Amino acid sequence: MAEPLLNVAGVTLQYKTPEHLVTATYRVDFQVFPSDRFVLLGPSGCGKSSLLKSVGGFLKPVEGEIRLSGSEVERPGPDRMMVFQEFDQLPPWKTVKENVMFPLTASGKLGRREAEERARAYIAKVGLERFADVHPHMLSGGMKQRVAIARALAMEPAILLMDEPFAALDALTRRKMQEELLYLWEEARFTVLFVTHSIEEAIIVGSRILVMSPHPGRVKAELDADAFDHRAVGGEAFQRLQTRIHNMLFADRVESHG
Amino acid sequence: MADDTAKPAPPKRPEFERTLPPLGAVGDVARPLSGFERLINLTSTRRILIVLVLAAAWQAYGAWLSNPLIFPPFASVIDALWDSIARRGLLWRAWASIAVLAKGYLIGVVLALAITALAVSTRVGSDLLSTLTAMFNPLPAIALLPIALLWFGLGETSLVFVLVHSVLWPLALNTHAGFTAVTDTLRMAGRNYGLSGIRYVALILIPAAFPSILAGLKIAWAFAWRTLIAAELVFGVSSRSGGLGWFIFENRNELNIPEVFAGLVMVILIGLAMEGVVFRAIEARTVRRWGMQR
Repeated sequence: MAEPLLNVAGVTLQYKTPEHLVTATYRVDFQVFPSDRFVLLGPSGCGKSSLLKSVGGFLKPVEGEIRLSGSEVERPGPDRMMVFQEFDQLPPWKTVKENVMFPLTASGKLGRREAEERARAYIAKVGLERFADVHPHMLSGGMKQRVAIARALAMEPAILLMDEPFAALDALTRRKMQEELLYLWEEARFTVLFVTHSIEEAIIVGSRILVMSPHPGRVKAELDADAFDHRAVGGEAFQRLQTRIHNMLFADRVESHG
Repeated sequence: MADDTAKPAPPKRPEFERTLPPLGAVGDVARPLSGFERLINLTSTRRILIVLVLAAAWQAYGAWLSNPLIFPPFASVIDALWDSIARRGLLWRAWASIAVLAKGYLIGVVLALAITALAVSTRVGSDLLSTLTAMFNPLPAIALLPIALLWFGLGETSLVFVLVHSVLWPLALNTHAGFTAVTDTLRMAGRNYGLSGIRYVALILIPAAFPSILAGLKIAWAFAWRTLIAAELVFGVSSRSGGLGWFIFENRNELNIPEVFAGLVMVILIGLAMEGVVFRAIEARTVRRWGMQR
């Protein structure tokens, strides 16, 4: 097997609230390989978002280490572009094109001219050519998320980090965005680490699913889901996997209530 | 079942599916507004109408009172305004005021930015800013004039000193509030790009907090303008070319009441121009265009 691109080894994450020291994850291990669509799945409180943030370099593990291509992750950086759930992730003072260019020029990766060219190409990929010179407040939620995805992909990062990127969208748009993401992946075969709490979304989007149990977050299972996309929804194998994951998550809840 | 009749149920209807014909007969989706509608939609038109109504009321009341020493009618104030501009150098006086104001305002803005940059980067700075604004923001700048006169003497430096005081605290307070209101997502997005330090402040925090900063600039301008006119009522910028406040004071002493009103109208006009032209232009190009303000 090839070398893992991202190695998360024994990572314990803690954060402080004014009254408590909360343990978000406890000794989590997983490995992401190039071109994986790696999904972190679990109920709220399983620390999946915290885990993604620590891969992003925003949260330092109190135990364990995170290595990307062999070197330890210490601070945020443009080699790990994030797509957030919130629509306000796009600076409102920049047009769609400027938003996609912003990380390219701010990180010094490209000059203005090349950045503009690349921004145009990626805006076209997500089908927003007509809106390139519009400010984000004129766009719908789905379009804003498309811009965020174009912005991240244009950086051609080592790994794309997506924190429930479609959770705030309506069901129809969400479905369409999942399809588009798979289509983009089919084309460029980037590596993505994707956080969700929807079993269905995990199976559709993911090639590999890490199922996590809550309070604190621990790894419950790692499953293969490469065979499934939208066409598989409702199929027998899809349903079986869905039920299996459901039981894993649900069993936990029964235990903790019992 | 016996109670089927008691429970209401929706009636069974046949299903149907349609192939929709292309639109065409619906007509225009968007119809241009008429000229009058567009005119009345302009904020400036509506505001000018309000000013005209107020001026008419002033004229009517002044004519009815017919006591120009207490309340001269609008027409004679306009006469006096015109006369002051043409023969007594009112514009020159206004310019003297604005020049002093600009100095104090600029120094205040720079200091406010410096102190808020300190406040967002260190905890001591943040405590310092909170304490200082809590102490000095409620203190009327004009109350510092006697001390300023003691320190800097009768002249422009004293005026600039009180102006800086009137600009610094409200602007620092607003800017700081704006910085702290920048959402976590936007902060993370900025740091994700690898931005830090002064570039992070300049490229993320300042534009993201711009609505608050602009509000602070407007408040600071109004504070400064009031403070300046009030201070000039006490003494002129220099004995020969006093500003607008001094013009008002002089004319009151000589009982040229229409000229006093003309001076006041000038103060108001400059205020309106700043608000209605300068700040509105900045707003239209920034926060409105960005959808951060309606």
